[in-house]
Amino acid sequence: MSELPLSATADAALQAAPATKARGYWATVGRRIRRDKVSMACALVLLLIFLSAILAPWLGLEDPYKGSMIRRLRHIGTVGYPLGTDELGRDMLARLIYGGRLSLVIGILPVILAFCIGTSLGLVAGYVGGKLNTAIMRTIDVFYAFPSVLLAIAISGALGAGILNSIVSLTVVFVPQITRVAESVTTGVRNMDFVEAARASGAGPFTIMRVHILGNVLGAIFVYATSLISVSMILAAGLSFLGLGTKPPEPEWGLMLNTLRTAIYVNPWVAALPGAMIFAVSICFNLLSDGLRSAMDIRN
Amino acid sequence: MLAYIARRIVYVIPIVISVALVCFLLVHITPGDPLVAVLPADASQELAAQLRAAYGFDRPLPVQFGLWLLRALHGDLGNSIATGRPVLAEVMRAVSNTVTLAIAAAIIGFTMGILLGLIAGYFRETWIDKVATSFAIAGVSVPHYWLGMVLVIIFSVQLNWLPAVGAGPNGSNSWAWDWAHLQYLVLPAITTSVIPMGIVTRTVRALTGDILSQDFVEALRAKGLHETGVFRHVIKNAAPTALAVMGLQLGYMLGGSILIETVFSWPGSGFLLNSAIFQRDLPLLQGTILILALFFVFLNLLVDIAQAAIDPRIKRG
Repeated sequence: MSELPLSATADAALQAAPATKARGYWATVGRRIRRDKVSMACALVLLLIFLSAILAPWLGLEDPYKGSMIRRLRHIGTVGYPLGTDELGRDMLARLIYGGRLSLVIGILPVILAFCIGTSLGLVAGYVGGKLNTAIMRTIDVFYAFPSVLLAIAISGALGAGILNSIVSLTVVFVPQITRVAESVTTGVRNMDFVEAARASGAGPFTIMRVHILGNVLGAIFVYATSLISVSMILAAGLSFLGLGTKPPEPEWGLMLNTLRTAIYVNPWVAALPGAMIFAVSICFNLLSDGLRSAMDIRN
Repeated sequence: MLAYIARRIVYVIPIVISVALVCFLLVHITPGDPLVAVLPADASQELAAQLRAAYGFDRPLPVQFGLWLLRALHGDLGNSIATGRPVLAEVMRAVSNTVTLAIAAAIIGFTMGILLGLIAGYFRETWIDKVATSFAIAGVSVPHYWLGMVLVIIFSVQLNWLPAVGAGPNGSNSWAWDWAHLQYLVLPAITTSVIPMGIVTRTVRALTGDILSQDFVEALRAKGLHETGVFRHVIKNAAPTALAVMGLQLGYMLGGSILIETVFSWPGSGFLLNSAIFQRDLPLLQGTILILALFFVFLNLLVDIAQAAIDPRIKRG
């Protein structure tokens, strides 16, 4: 939240008032979450996974694409290959770390996109109301008639395999869910006195939505969106696992799990490693989201 | 009650039509010609045009949708391109296997979820609550297809107790309720049950906690009611919401079984969907998704009606 200059006009001063209050609120939330050991541990694990994925080329790892027929499916703990090698003799440690790059992007990007689209749709539907609300919300209802896994697979199955298609299909899955939450919190705020005051002072609908409503509803929508990241990670890797996302030889956790499936009789624990990465990221995001939710619930 | 049921059914009709529309359009967002699977690579322009006319692809989209919907209402979803058999029969046979799996998973997941949730809610903020809650969080965070693989590694590869894939001895596709078949069900059912287990645990825990903190519980205890009696009140009050959540979960298990069925080669609707996608068998893809989505819609309808039957406040809302 940006600080407004002191020399602001009366109108801006009016807007600055809730902003100062909001900063106090977020500072409280920050303090509460920093005191929560579980959330902090999860944040640390996620930070490590993110940093290693970003810094992968500078970590002195083996080439994640270079295989060798003579050293396929080595066990965990082999000298030079701490996490063993995969079915084509590629270093697992390098592939797991490089795999984070694609896996995290295809898992998190759909939620970010859906957050932007869903918040806009829900805000407009909730604020404008009437026929527009009915049109948007009834369209959203149609997507609720599909179980989310089925919808994601149906869309990416129809569009064909590919990273972009899998991101598109997951975004389509999450937009309705975020729109519903955004619409319901916006409807709760739109008739409050300060919105009425803004309208009376001549603010247009766009300004009211952007300045007066967004700041009050964004927190709730954001927490809801963070709780979706875990599902999105599992589904994105699941699409690759089915062969609908990433294509070989790209390192990606879901795809690695798929190609290593045939190796479970030879070297089962190496084959299970990519799934453990998905599990770790997913559970950390879930716990962090829970921690954020209870930190924001100031009433308790 | 009848008026409520009628109102809910009327509300479902536009949803059903829109679901059909989405399934219909799925084939049309597919890149390339929908005829690509049946047309030989060196087909002439005339042959392509003839086939297009035969399949009705030359007509305007709304007309195609109307005709498709009319045929679908009569139970004709076309024939599978890969096998030539009617789509409806193929899907219904696969769905029965998915229902078997979902019911087995529901029995495991819901029982565990209700027990863990009640215990966690009753012993709130104690170590017992923490253990139960950790189970729940692990259940909703685990990539279930990976859990399936890990269970296969432990119980099939290392211990050799249970079969790894299939739904019966010698690759049999017909289900029977005997141990020869049931042992194939154990691992997929446990794998499918973890997500509903986690979600039911969280729901029941929250409900139990909320109910126990209400004044009437204080009154019940004050009049000397035994704790088991108090528990009966908790269960009665938690039932409508918990049942609704479980109904939805059953729907998710029916529709979202594709990953688990692929891991275990379970011959259900998800497995069928998987082969439809990779053989680009568009009528089968369309039909499977339509039927699974309709199952989900009707299950939601049943849940709504059941919830209203238990909790009369909902009818008025």
